[in-house]
Amino acid sequence: MNIMSEAAVEKALDQKMNTVPFKMIGKDVSVYYGEKRALFDVNLNIRENTVTALIGPSGCGKSTFLRTLNRMNDTIENCRVTGKITLDEDDIYDPTIDVVELRARVGMVFQKPNPFPKSIYDNVAYGPRIHGLARTKADFDEVVETSLHKAGLWNEVKDRLHEPGTGLSGGQQQRLCIARAVAVSPEVILMDEPCSALDPIATAKVEELIHELRTNFTIVIVTHSMQQAARVSQRTAMFHLGNLVEENDTDKMFTNPDDQRTQDYIMGRFG
Amino acid sequence: MSMHIMSAYDEELKYLTRRISEMGGLAEQMVAESVRALVNSDLALAQKVISDDTVLDDAERQIGEKAIVTIAKRQPVAADLREIMGSIRIASDLERVGDLGKNTAKRVIAVAGSGIPRKLARGLEHLAELALVQLKEVLDVYASRSPEKANSIRERDEEIDAIYTSLFRELLTYMMEDPRNITPCTHLLFCAKNIERIGDHATNIAETIYYMATGAQPEGERPKDDNTSTLGSVND
Repeated sequence: MNIMSEAAVEKALDQKMNTVPFKMIGKDVSVYYGEKRALFDVNLNIRENTVTALIGPSGCGKSTFLRTLNRMNDTIENCRVTGKITLDEDDIYDPTIDVVELRARVGMVFQKPNPFPKSIYDNVAYGPRIHGLARTKADFDEVVETSLHKAGLWNEVKDRLHEPGTGLSGGQQQRLCIARAVAVSPEVILMDEPCSALDPIATAKVEELIHELRTNFTIVIVTHSMQQAARVSQRTAMFHLGNLVEENDTDKMFTNPDDQRTQDYIMGRFG
Repeated sequence: MSMHIMSAYDEELKYLTRRISEMGGLAEQMVAESVRALVNSDLALAQKVISDDTVLDDAERQIGEKAIVTIAKRQPVAADLREIMGSIRIASDLERVGDLGKNTAKRVIAVAGSGIPRKLARGLEHLAELALVQLKEVLDVYASRSPEKANSIRERDEEIDAIYTSLFRELLTYMMEDPRNITPCTHLLFCAKNIERIGDHATNIAETIYYMATGAQPEGERPKDDNTSTLGSVND
């Protein structure tokens, strides 16, 4: 029997990660809020069907970078983005691109669960309805059920689909928001601290969900919890003062990072 | 390295470092005393070494417990995690060094009075000196965490192996000369083996320190010059 040495296995895994194609490519991305520059020429590529975690201290630019990926910064006055970001081959800052369609391809889940003040069913059906992805009642029923299944919420809510989404617990509301994001079949899901308002059990459920969603979606997650980044992601990118400091395999990042600033930050030391 | 934001975390890591150094000092002392007891047939000193071993065993257990609690509470990563895992490994190597010293001390009774030839005693003492230098230096490297020095210790284990091999041959000769030598010489052979093993543990510790400092395993095969496992075979 041919037993690979540990080093060979590691190398193979590295190569495997290295051959995962890029879903999104960020080239020289800079963001300005008025005069203030928040991101400095960030070059960061997002690999397909991979969970990429963005970490770094508050104000380091990680959320800013996340929001450039589906042009959420457009909604902020005075915000200017330079550089180039592509989704597959499409330049997402091309003037001809339809931003609404872009956000259907690149969905987002926020820090605080924010279900619409509608029923659980309508929360999930909302996206497919406005994007015209479903027509008949049967279509809607199906997309609602599969989305709730994917979000691991179906069994908990199947008997109360017409009760308000706001009546769910915090963790359930967050998974409802994930179901809502999933319902329009996005290619990429952005998550901005999706668990910071949740208790450890609800957090574990969302993390398990992130792990499962990876098979069908590309996920980028901003988190303040280093342990969460270590638990859920395959790649980790560390930001500091608007710069990308290091991007590496998560396993490497949490055992032997290359950059001293990453080291100090993840170990909770004074930088 | 800069301090942790939570100072209690630093205290826990310092505790581990301090206890390892203490263990190292005691292990060194036990080995030195066990060899002195052996060459001087000093039964009282041998007895002291045997009872000192429980202190070392307790220290290893306490270090292990503290390491577990720290991992559970702090979820250490990167250099901190390597530091804690390294402490566990080094503590277990040092505990083994103590065991080997204790084993040598136990054999003092069996060998005492059989009159070890001066030349042999010299050889054992020399072997022990080398092993102790290795142990002492590796403990100094532990304090400095220098990967370069850790590597140089690792490369020196060869010398101990070579002396061990020559002692092995010598003991065989004595045994062939007079069958009455077989019992004491066999004990001495085990003692020599014990001391040689101490060199191996020092090398293990050096490798662990290298890993703690760099996050990588030292490269290349460990140099070896212990040929006794094939000595006396037809091909020899």
